[in-house]
Amino acid sequence: MDDTSKRTGGYGFETRMIHAGSQPEPVTGARQTPIFQNTSYVFYDSDHAASLFNLQTFGFIYSRLTNPTVAVLEERLASLEGGRGATCCASGHAAQILTFFAFMEPGDAFIASNRLYGGSITQFGKTFKKFDWTCHFVDVDDPDAVRRALTPKCKAIFVESLANPGGVVSDLEALSAIAREAEIPLIVDNTLATPYLCQPIDWGADLVVHSTTKFLSGNGTSVGGAVVDSGRFDWSVSEKFSSLSAPEPAYHGLNFQETFGDMAFTTHAHAVGLRDLGPAMAPMNAFLTLLGTETLSLRMERHCENAQRVAEFLASHPKVAWVSYPGLKNDRYHELAQKYLPKGAGAVFTFGVAGGFEAGLKVVESVNLFSHLANVGDARSLILHPASTTHRQLSDEQRQAAGAGDEVLRLSIGLETAEDLIADLDQALTATA
Amino acid sequence: MSHDTYPNSQIRRILGNTQTIAMVGASPKWNRPSYFAMKYLLEKGYQVVPINPGHAGETILGQRVYASLADVPGPVHMVDIFRNSEAAGAVVDEVIGLAKDKDIRTIWMQLGVRNDAAAARAEAAGLEVIMNRCPKIEFGRLNAELSWGGFDSKVITAKRRRLTAG
Repeated sequence: MDDTSKRTGGYGFETRMIHAGSQPEPVTGARQTPIFQNTSYVFYDSDHAASLFNLQTFGFIYSRLTNPTVAVLEERLASLEGGRGATCCASGHAAQILTFFAFMEPGDAFIASNRLYGGSITQFGKTFKKFDWTCHFVDVDDPDAVRRALTPKCKAIFVESLANPGGVVSDLEALSAIAREAEIPLIVDNTLATPYLCQPIDWGADLVVHSTTKFLSGNGTSVGGAVVDSGRFDWSVSEKFSSLSAPEPAYHGLNFQETFGDMAFTTHAHAVGLRDLGPAMAPMNAFLTLLGTETLSLRMERHCENAQRVAEFLASHPKVAWVSYPGLKNDRYHELAQKYLPKGAGAVFTFGVAGGFEAGLKVVESVNLFSHLANVGDARSLILHPASTTHRQLSDEQRQAAGAGDEVLRLSIGLETAEDLIADLDQALTATA
Repeated sequence: MSHDTYPNSQIRRILGNTQTIAMVGASPKWNRPSYFAMKYLLEKGYQVVPINPGHAGETILGQRVYASLADVPGPVHMVDIFRNSEAAGAVVDEVIGLAKDKDIRTIWMQLGVRNDAAAARAEAAGLEVIMNRCPKIEFGRLNAELSWGGFDSKVITAKRRRLTAG
């Protein structure tokens, strides 16, 4: 058995996106995963309760930590990413806090791409400061810049496989080599690529985070997040990660690495992270996201096909200054996209309208099929002017670095008829004249 | 034989045919991994006999501790080794000597414990060997309990599981 099939149990991606985690419910035989709309779980006796609270047996205590419906989604995402386990939570932002909370202490630092999704830049650069965590933003296209930014306090490198909204593709293999040298984990946000288009763990990622709100749920119904652990990072490699590999004061001196082995991170993320930070995923949201994962491959194929056609149309349009879509042959990330996203370059990208800020707003207001809103990864096509919305909190310099300048429009291409999307954009661009 | 992976069917058969497990290196401390595994396996109906010369004559989780495998009265179907990979070699040789007397069929080395030379000696003596696995985790994995914690059990089936008592 090769390394990949060891991690997938020998079943293909499409089989796992339907079956992983969801065996028929044994009490009733229910085939679809039931929604366990339930807070708490009865103990057999006081000894059983003690075993559960000591983490000595498997089972449910309280839905802030674990819930049977959420657990099905966790197992499914772990399987699709080829990881050991997953922890679902209330949102993608919650997933990021939960991830860093596992091993960051006050005074610690980490490195992140300077072209992350704007919401992540604000969270890492502003809010994390309140925990005395420092994020060094670096141009991760330059491996030497990443190496130079590493300090003894750095505990992780964080990138997006496919960045929102700039169409930036990260060189995961090169970055994982730097992380390995530095003996710190590589964390990859795989939200826009989804595990169908990109498998970060295959390229050396140690942890993969998601906003499940986007393509995984796929219909714009449910906010949610997840962190998938590869199970491969040895938390006992240095004293930096003592919360996971030394007696944990928040758990009666339990050593998570020693006791749970490759399950240490996921166990800690539930038993300490979700327990004390509290951002549990609602079971209804887990259910709706599970429905989305069942059709992930089919949807992503069509999302990518439509996005490629729309991007090619825009690239040839006289009112368009530029298009940043790694699926285009002359795009600066085309080569990396072919390596890391061989099935398609995703469906979220940006373009610049000739005529700048005013022309950009005019397009947003003239489209009929594209919904003007702040989300991506929906069955519907979406449009947004990042400079005035999602990236508003950033400085001009940060906006430029993130590919969200004044003239930039972000599209999230949906599953509609491609010709209709093209016609709608064409009439809106014409209206800018 | 390969010890990198084991088919689910093999692990199921071993866990199904075992009633008594001798746990070498069992600890009386509640937060040690061996204590976690012992408590879980007792709850699942296995008889677990702790082996630890430093605590012989005491009890762990109500079970009498023996100084060595040779001291255990009655049959032992599986020896579960909570020692490091090197120390596991001597335990394996002891098991080989006692296997016939005690009806020992399986040597199981815990997560992180692997000794291929010792495994080869045990297999030559007719014993079945599992290495670098935990019987608690495997039991939980194959009975959908591991999944409750968000882990990939790698069990994919559309069959309805029959509920067992306990």
